[in-house]
Amino acid sequence: MSLFARRAFIVFWKDLAIERRSKETLNALAFFSLLLLFVFQFSLGADRERLIAALPGLLWLGFVLSGLLALGRSFVIERENECWEGLLLAPGDKSAVFVGKLGGNLLLMFTVEALLLALFAVFFNVDLAPALGPLVLVIVLGTIGFAALGTLFAAMTAQVRARELLFPVLLLPVQVPVLLATVRATEAALAGEPLTAVTNWITLLVAADIVYVVVGVLTFDVILEA
Amino acid sequence: MTGDLLVHLSGVRKAFGTALVLEDIALDVRAGEAVALLGANGAGKTTLLKLVATVWRPSRGTLVVAGHDCRRDAEGARRHVGLIGHGSHLYEDLTARENLKFWTTLHGHPADGLRLGEALAAVELDGVGDERVRTFSAGMKRRLSLARFAVVPPRVLLLDEPSAGLDQRGRKWLEAFLQAFKTGGGAILMATHSFGRELGVADRIAILADGRIALDTGRAALSADDVLRLYALHADGDA
Repeated sequence: MSLFARRAFIVFWKDLAIERRSKETLNALAFFSLLLLFVFQFSLGADRERLIAALPGLLWLGFVLSGLLALGRSFVIERENECWEGLLLAPGDKSAVFVGKLGGNLLLMFTVEALLLALFAVFFNVDLAPALGPLVLVIVLGTIGFAALGTLFAAMTAQVRARELLFPVLLLPVQVPVLLATVRATEAALAGEPLTAVTNWITLLVAADIVYVVVGVLTFDVILEA
Repeated sequence: MTGDLLVHLSGVRKAFGTALVLEDIALDVRAGEAVALLGANGAGKTTLLKLVATVWRPSRGTLVVAGHDCRRDAEGARRHVGLIGHGSHLYEDLTARENLKFWTTLHGHPADGLRLGEALAAVELDGVGDERVRTFSAGMKRRLSLARFAVVPPRVLLLDEPSAGLDQRGRKWLEAFLQAFKTGGGAILMATHSFGRELGVADRIAILADGRIALDTGRAALSADDVLRLYALHADGDA
């Protein structure tokens, strides 16, 4: 394994080990997801047509809200005991820290999204099985872009006093293209259409993922030093 | 004079916006030498340590660590510096061994079990290596922080209030650790309010007052009372 990969992996491993023991974020997110579903269930009622029309948006609303909570916390552990300073002073390419953090955030988000998806199917009595393949692909693509930029912005706002407010205010406007693309592609997947029918949106998602990850890797050094 | 010049500051100034913290700082620390930075609260001791550690850059002046200009090549300097500041740089939900493994790997060194075990033994924490840091006392955390530098010793060790939270046994242990580090050719720059044991390690004392070095002198010829008198004269401004 290269030095970069070893450094990225140790950050990933550290975040995972801490979360596995404290379960602070995962427990909070699971509870939050459940609450969201209750709210959606009450607001939509039993109208099946309304539910089908709103499902892609609701699904991503759930993913985005839980993602905001998860990503916003990802650098909080670095503030304790000034570990942030330790990351800064560790010699070598700082983008390895970004890649490790991104890996940890992706794993956390995928776990919560899987839980949300299962709960959606149960709560709204929707059979997601026929659309599962394309749906998973869209969710993976949408989550990578969201987590990449979210990880970067979480690092940017970690040392700011009003970070809980600033983080979503900065992140959400930049995420609009990704959110549009994911909702459109999810709509197609849930309707049973092939993803080739929404090639433009999928291309936009792939391009956004590449751009956001590359921007994160290239700029993380500057953000950590600032 | 002892070994190679490892820390060199000349005409260093540091300001945060309009607040001037350090002005015209000149200080050298050589291999095998320990310098104690004394000064009242807000004199600029921590800022000076963080400049040498490359957490911040000087606003003006020359700062060279182990041959690397900190303004142009901070990464080069970081390979030779270890900082123990007010934060322990420890993750509370990892064990002592896991913390060492994390920091050693992040610094680009292999973290094999034997090496980590030796480092834990060096700071007398080998019996609690698999316990979470959350359960440790302040003194144990301080020793674990130092253990990071027992795995891969830096050339320059920067310490901010090293004896804070340590009991008498801990202070004695710290003195022995720093003495061994110095004998091994390392340079130590430590900020302290204490005139106790760690001053025994120091070869020189530098007194900071109002962001300037008011006095830089050898310690060997000074008694504890002399140090107190000089501190009162320069740091407190008492005649």
